Order: sequence, then structure tokens, then C-alpha cells
Amino acid sequence: MKLTQGCFSFLPDLTDAQITKQIQYSLNKSWAISIEYTDDPHPRNCYWEMWGLPLFDIKDSAAVLFEINMVKKAKPNYYIKVCAFDNSRGVESCVSAFIVNRPAYEPGFKIIRQEGVGRNLIYTLESYAAAAKPEGERY
Amino acid sequence: MLLKHQKYKTQQSFSITLKQEVVMSQAVESRTRIKSERYESGVIPYAKMGYWDPDYAIKETDILALFRCTPQPGVDPVEAAAALAGESSTATWTVVWTDLLTACDLYRAKAYRVDPVPGAGDTYFCYVAYDLDLFEEGSLANLTASIIGNIFGFKAVKALRLEDMRLPQAMLKCYQGPATGLIVERERLDKFGRPLLGATVKPKLGLSGKNYGRVVFEGLKGGLDFLKDDENINSQPFMRYRERFLYSMEGVNHAAAYTGEVKGHYLNTTGATMEDMYERANFAKDLGSVIVMIDLVIGYTAIQSMAIWARKYDVILHLHRAGNSTYSRQKNHGMNFRVICKWMRMSGVDHIHAGTVVGKLEGDPLMIKGFYNTLLDFKSEVSLAKGMFFAQDWASLRKCVPVASGGIHCGQMHQLIEYLGDDVVLQFGGGTIGHPDGIQAGATANRVALESMVLARNEGRNYVAEGPQILRDAAKTCGPLQTALDLWKDITFNYASTDTADFVDTRTANV
Repeated sequence: MKLTQGCFSFLPDLTDAQITKQIQYSLNKSWAISIEYTDDPHPRNCYWEMWGLPLFDIKDSAAVLFEINMVKKAKPNYYIKVCAFDNSRGVESCVSAFIVNRPAYEPGFKIIRQEGVGRNLIYTLESYAAAAKPEGERY
Repeated sequence: MLLKHQKYKTQQSFSITLKQEVVMSQAVESRTRIKSERYESGVIPYAKMGYWDPDYAIKETDILALFRCTPQPGVDPVEAAAALAGESSTATWTVVWTDLLTACDLYRAKAYRVDPVPGAGDTYFCYVAYDLDLFEEGSLANLTASIIGNIFGFKAVKALRLEDMRLPQAMLKCYQGPATGLIVERERLDKFGRPLLGATVKPKLGLSGKNYGRVVFEGLKGGLDFLKDDENINSQPFMRYRERFLYSMEGVNHAAAYTGEVKGHYLNTTGATMEDMYERANFAKDLGSVIVMIDLVIGYTAIQSMAIWARKYDVILHLHRAGNSTYSRQKNHGMNFRVICKWMRMSGVDHIHAGTVVGKLEGDPLMIKGFYNTLLDFKSEVSLAKGMFFAQDWASLRKCVPVASGGIHCGQMHQLIEYLGDDVVLQFGGGTIGHPDGIQAGATANRVALESMVLARNEGRNYVAEGPQILRDAAKTCGPLQTALDLWKDITFNYASTDTADFVDTRTANV
């Protein structure tokens, strides 16, 4: 399967040049960029590991790209996403997120159907990778 | 009558003859009759009754309403405006002395300004101010019973339309507002930086539960975030609601496993009674649905009740605006959809259909923009071009997500993003399910078109002008998009809008 979280997962993988333009878009809007990675891509896993703090002080897209490439090097077989935060009143949340790296092989999710009362099914999604091995040893 | 009767009895007990009593009674009546010009019995113009005050100083806590009024021939527009103020607050057709038992001047709404509608003949914009204490806290039913309760059938006006309202912060703080709101919805769904994508299951009616769930599954698997019940699918003989809910949730969960994304299906909980709706909504919640849906036709009180339910159970509440065009579309009578947007944001729904600009349903681009501002802004400024007559501070009520639905397809993606922005749910019903290669292919075509257009926009490209080329390029690596573009390339809905703003650039509103 292909994990399709994030803004651009239905497009071919982004090149460095494309990533740089997206970073610049965020910087132009004074959003803070954060780089996050995980080996547990469950759709409800909302806390991926942070690659340091969001880059509040960095205004240069090349410096952001440098950090992205550092994560890729350190965690080559992880999901890595670039997020942007808008702290303006009324938003104060993430406003952009897209995946820039993914494992070579994505086994996807198992759906477990537990029979409940009546014809109700209780669904559980389980990542094959996360179920098989502990954190840090999955991909 | 009771008082008079008691008086007779008392007087009889003092053995006064009936004849004497009548004489004395007349004397009393004439002695106590109110002499002031304002309260002399009879009919006097509303303007003279205190419902017209061109010098009225608007209070921060006042509710303001703007009516587009077409008086009957011969009726003075100021008198018509005063009549609107009167009948929507305290007045009746004649003078009543019981006014004097109240702080009546406070309770009288004040028409304070009347302007001719530019280029529209005998039609006038009438501004009316209402004191906050005329209304029950947090009750949309009470607010609307005054503002649109009586006056629209008033004989002295030929036609009447409520164009806009300013709701003071003091009032808004008594309303829950969107149960979830745009920001929290995005966080729950893990969807950032792009419009959300949806589709309505078609055919609207007739599918069995199992076949219905198939459409949900295919659409979500193909890349949509949401599928949606249509407004008129409730619990009919061909598919009872439990069947639909169970099969749809199978589709939702299976598609989530297939894609690793949070998915949803708007389960329509509209029913005949509040009890039915709660039962359906609770069933949806128990099945783990992230979102449920109601129709506008259930009424304001039911909508507020469902919004409280939705906040309590962390479920997103989608509102389909079924029925609105019966009173919102024609310019001269009814109410502007902008006002419905305001009321619905107050009442607490998270989504509302608010127009597409380019689709099959009514929508002037600037007016639609005004609706979107109304739903999403924290503070709005006056913008006559968008039909926004008042500045509005939303007092931190959450943002209500506009939904664009009706006759849109992926070939219009650049226009949709230009007109509607990121904070919208784009719903392609026919534009997904009508795809020649199936529902999943239709969904994928939409998702790829969307992502490629957002990417191009963020890159700083002139995506509106280059839109068709951007889509053609994206289609090179996405067969379903190419098929969709070929199929729908010539489909547009170019009809004149019936509801457009009437203003002259130099005119400014005084609030």
C-alpha cells in the first residue's frame, strides 16, 4: 500500500527543488516549519517524533532543506513529514503537512473486525510493521 | 372586563342605582383618558409611535438588521421602515396604553436609516436597531421569531428581504457556536493545507445498504476524505438507517486501513422527531463515525439541540441547507443566505453548504465570497461588494466550514481554489461517481487534481491562468484524471445569478 496522509501523497515523490518551493511558501507566510518522523504511521498516531523544535528562527529555505536531508540520512526508512504552524489568532494550529520520505516497502494496515452487539462491528486498525516489531526496528 | 365587573359589584353593594353608576363610570373614563398625542387611542403612524429615530445612537450591544423593503405604492419608505421596526419588536397596528407599564422606549426597535437601493426603483435599504434585552439568551428560535416572525407578510410592504444582521458580541457569547470548528476538525482528521474532499453518494435514493456502502468504500479508497448521505436519505423502505450506517462504517474503516488516513462518512440523522434523531446520532457515535449530518429543514431548535449533542460526543456536525433556496434566492423577498450562515454559525453546526461559484447552483462569486467570510472570519469588515453591510466580530465562535457541492468537477480545480480557498470541503458527487472507470478512479482523479493545483499555487505559479495545463501535466501520471478531463472538459454552468449585491462604490455604511 501507499500511505496517503499529507498534502501531496497522490503525486509522484517531491524533488528537492519542489520541497524547497513548498518551504518558501510557508516561510513567506511566517509559518514555523517542523520536521517529524515515525515508524508508526497509524492514522490516529498524531505525535510523530520531532526532529528538534519547530524551526521558529529559520527564515532560509536552504537551511530547512538541510535539516530535512539530515533526517532522511538519520532515518532513511522512516516516514518523514514537513509541517507548518500558523500562530495567528483564530488558527493557532498546523496549516500544512506533507510527506517527504517513506519506507521502501509499506506493508500497510490490518483491519480487525470484532463482532459486537447485534450486527455492530468494532474495527481496529493495526500497522503490520508496528505489530511485528518494537519501535525503532520496524522498517 | 374583570375589573369593571368587580367595580359593578362593589358599587351595587353600596346601593347605588345602575343609572347613576353608568354616569359616574363615563365620568371616570373621560377623566382618566390619556390626553398625550402619542397615546391617544387610534391609529397613528409607526414613525410617530417612536419606531423611527434618524438620530439614534447605536449601542455596542444592539442587534442590527438590514432589510430590503419594497413598500406598497404610496407608502412612505420611512413609515415602512418604522413599521418593520415596530412589528418586529413591540408594536401592533394601533395605540395601546399598556405600553406605559413598560420601559417602552427601550423595547421599541428603532429604524434609524433608510437609503434607496441603487438602481432598483422603489426599493429601500432599511436599517433597524434592536436592544439586546428583546431576546432570550442563546435561542435562535426566539431571535428569529422577532426578526422574521411577522413582518414578511405585512400588507404595507409589497416585498421584504432580510439582507444582513450584526450580532453583538454580548449576544454571540450566549451561543455555543460550531461544535467542532474548522481548526479542531482538521486536527482530528489530520488534514492540513488543502481543501477537504468529499462526494455525495448517488443515486440519492434506492440503493440497498450493502450497495450504498460500496460507493462509500470505493470513494474513500480512491482518495476522498468524506462521503456523504444526501439530504433526502433518512430511513426509507428501500434502506433503513441502521443498514446504511453499518455498511457505510464498514466502507469507512476498510478504506482507512487501505490508505492509512482518517476517513469519514456524513451519516444523515435527520428524522421525524428529536427522539428519532438522537437515536440515529447515538447509533452513529457508537459505530465510531467522526461525523453526522442534519438538514436545515429540521428547524432552528432541533439544529441547536443537535449541535449540543455533537459537542458533547466529539462528533463533527454537517448541515445540508435543504430548503434554503425557497426563501433565499430571490432578491426582493425572503432572506439572504448570508443571514442563514450567521445563524447557523451561532447555532453550532460545523459544516454548511455555501455555494460553489462555478457549479450548477446559484452563486455570484462575490456573494459566495461573502458567505465564506461570514462562516470563517474572526472579524469581518464592511464589504458592500460582497453584500456585507455590517462589520462583525465573532466573539471567538469557532469557524464553520463552507461546503461546495453541486455540479463541480476536477477540470474546474484552479477556479475552485481561486474562489473558495483552502478552508472548504469540495464535494464532487457526479464528478466522482460518474467517472467512466468507476468510483475509485473518479475519486483519485479529484484528489490528484487537487494536490497538483495546491502544489502549483504554493510554488507561486499563476495557477488560475495555467490551471488547464497544470491538470493536463498531472494527468500524465494519472490515467483517471486524464479520462475525467476528457469527459467533462466542456461542462460549465454559465447562467446569470439572481442574487447579486446592489451598491454604488462610493456609498459607505455608517456602522
